[in-house]
Amino acid sequence: MFYREAGQYKKTYSADMAVFPILQDRIGIGLILLAAAVIVPIFGSNFFISTVMIPFLVFSLAAMGLNIVTGYTGLISLGTGAFMGVGAFACYKLTTYFPQVNIIIWILASGVFSAAIGALFGLPSLRIKGFYLAVATLAAQFFLEWCFVRVPWLFNYNASGAIEVPQRTLFGVAITGANATPTMRYLVLLGIVVLMTWIASNILHGRIGRTFMAVRDMDIAAELMGIRLLPAKLTAFAMSSFYCGVAGACMMFLWYGGGEASDAFNINQSFNILFMVIIGGLGSLIGCFFGAALLNIVPIILKFGLPAMGLPLAGATAEHINHLFVGSLIIFFLIVEPHGLARLWQITKQKLRTWPFPY
Amino acid sequence: MNAMNHSEFRQDIAPGETLLAVDNVTLRFGGVKAITDVSFDIRKGEVRAIIGPNGAGKTSMLNVINGFYHPQEGRITYRGQTRTKMRPHVAASQGIARTFQNVALFKGMTTLDNIMVGRTLKMRTPFFWHIFRQGPAMREEIEHRKFVEEIIEFLEIEHIRKVPVGKLPYGLQKRVELGRALAMQPELLLLDEPMAGMNLEEKEDMCRFILDTKEQYGTTIALIEHDMGVVMDLSDRVVVLEYGQKIADGTPDEVKKNQKVIDAYLGVAH
Repeated sequence: MFYREAGQYKKTYSADMAVFPILQDRIGIGLILLAAAVIVPIFGSNFFISTVMIPFLVFSLAAMGLNIVTGYTGLISLGTGAFMGVGAFACYKLTTYFPQVNIIIWILASGVFSAAIGALFGLPSLRIKGFYLAVATLAAQFFLEWCFVRVPWLFNYNASGAIEVPQRTLFGVAITGANATPTMRYLVLLGIVVLMTWIASNILHGRIGRTFMAVRDMDIAAELMGIRLLPAKLTAFAMSSFYCGVAGACMMFLWYGGGEASDAFNINQSFNILFMVIIGGLGSLIGCFFGAALLNIVPIILKFGLPAMGLPLAGATAEHINHLFVGSLIIFFLIVEPHGLARLWQITKQKLRTWPFPY
Repeated sequence: MNAMNHSEFRQDIAPGETLLAVDNVTLRFGGVKAITDVSFDIRKGEVRAIIGPNGAGKTSMLNVINGFYHPQEGRITYRGQTRTKMRPHVAASQGIARTFQNVALFKGMTTLDNIMVGRTLKMRTPFFWHIFRQGPAMREEIEHRKFVEEIIEFLEIEHIRKVPVGKLPYGLQKRVELGRALAMQPELLLLDEPMAGMNLEEKEDMCRFILDTKEQYGTTIALIEHDMGVVMDLSDRVVVLEYGQKIADGTPDEVKKNQKVIDAYLGVAH
């Protein structure tokens, strides 16, 4: 009833091709952005921002990266964690060599390095498909993980073998390092995520996005339309790894504030992000946010919410119940809607349009 | 109408001249000969039918023409240039489009997007502009959208413009696939059983679209079809294959009277 596009006539093709053609959607996205940029920093506690919002945004960005190659182009990749690691280390090296350049530029530039590495490990995708490609990308995961631990040049030969995030500022305010407030880090991260989501949406709505989806749906017919498969697949891998790399750099610099790469960028992380993409919805940008929210925020609510409600759970028990609960939620959502939360959202919107009538 | 930049190709082929010539082509898969020493030609502006019983090598022939298969022997001359091995995407850039026997649409994409993919080769804006979806990228998108809308209107599929093609009935899917091929503005259009599995009404619609395509766009059409009524009505010349060999070639009337063709279709008393 409130969500209805009746009377909204599109008079030009550009209006018809807009990402949000319906007025209510545009208002909705505006409200969400306003809430994220103003209400959360003002009213959110430091705890809320640093344990809920920052991880949520980082994972959304990483899931977006994986979704470009897996959801849009149909190539399964299990190297996400490693590509994130490449971004984190690239950012670390860059800011070590050129400390005077703003860290935000280096976070974004670090994506270029993981894009190059991603394209390299995407080469087998021309010949290999499906599960076999997943195994081939595991090579990237294992090889790069080995590099993160065994090549001391990457972590500047420091004794801990970890990335030590230096303090960097923006307009005199610390945004990375020990002195940066969670709110500051959150705002920088939000800016990066909004910018990159906008870019992804632009690219995926145009010729390049159609090329990706054509390769996914029917590669033989795509080739017949004049699409060269290798460049198309490598572009997808490069773009995907770019996003993963930036997500990795954000993870280290704006969330963890330093740490051992072998923990943050291991195979578990790759699987974690793959699950987010599958649960959120393959081939959907909004699904990335849904998936990241489900797999990231629900455990936190369980961990801190249940004791607050008076259910006293000891550390290990809480952890186990957490796993059980998240696991059953995943199964529940996949049975209800095998195409992910994004499809569920679409159905809801369709129902809202016709409400109170059934169709 | 086809503005290709291949200078080595003849641009001045007049209607009635040979557009594509197949000379003594033999295609083997291991020990199996799919096509044996077949020669025929397709003239500009005509509808050329390729018929024959199942397993005669008709689809293999189309696959040879648009580069999916590479024949072991023989030559293919297209627009005055004899080609050797070639990938399908090169054939596409030379103006050869194709539809498939089993619909090969991009199932997850809308009708509009499917047909827009057919315009890919004509779109040139560099990656940079796509980041912003502004300026040249958007102008190009709108320009091609206009062309695609013309095709949508031509094929009378306005009502399913924004529907994912996986949800469409079979007859409409076939129509969308024709639209996607037309979006490439092909010089030569290969149709692999465009009427398979359709009811009479849908067949008549499809015949109309094929004839209109020939009239409006001047496209040369090579078509495989099992419905003899359709073949005889639509085509200017027919080539008949059986067991990978050519057994007849000529106008529909000539082919109809050919004893070998009658034997191939009706069987011979032994």
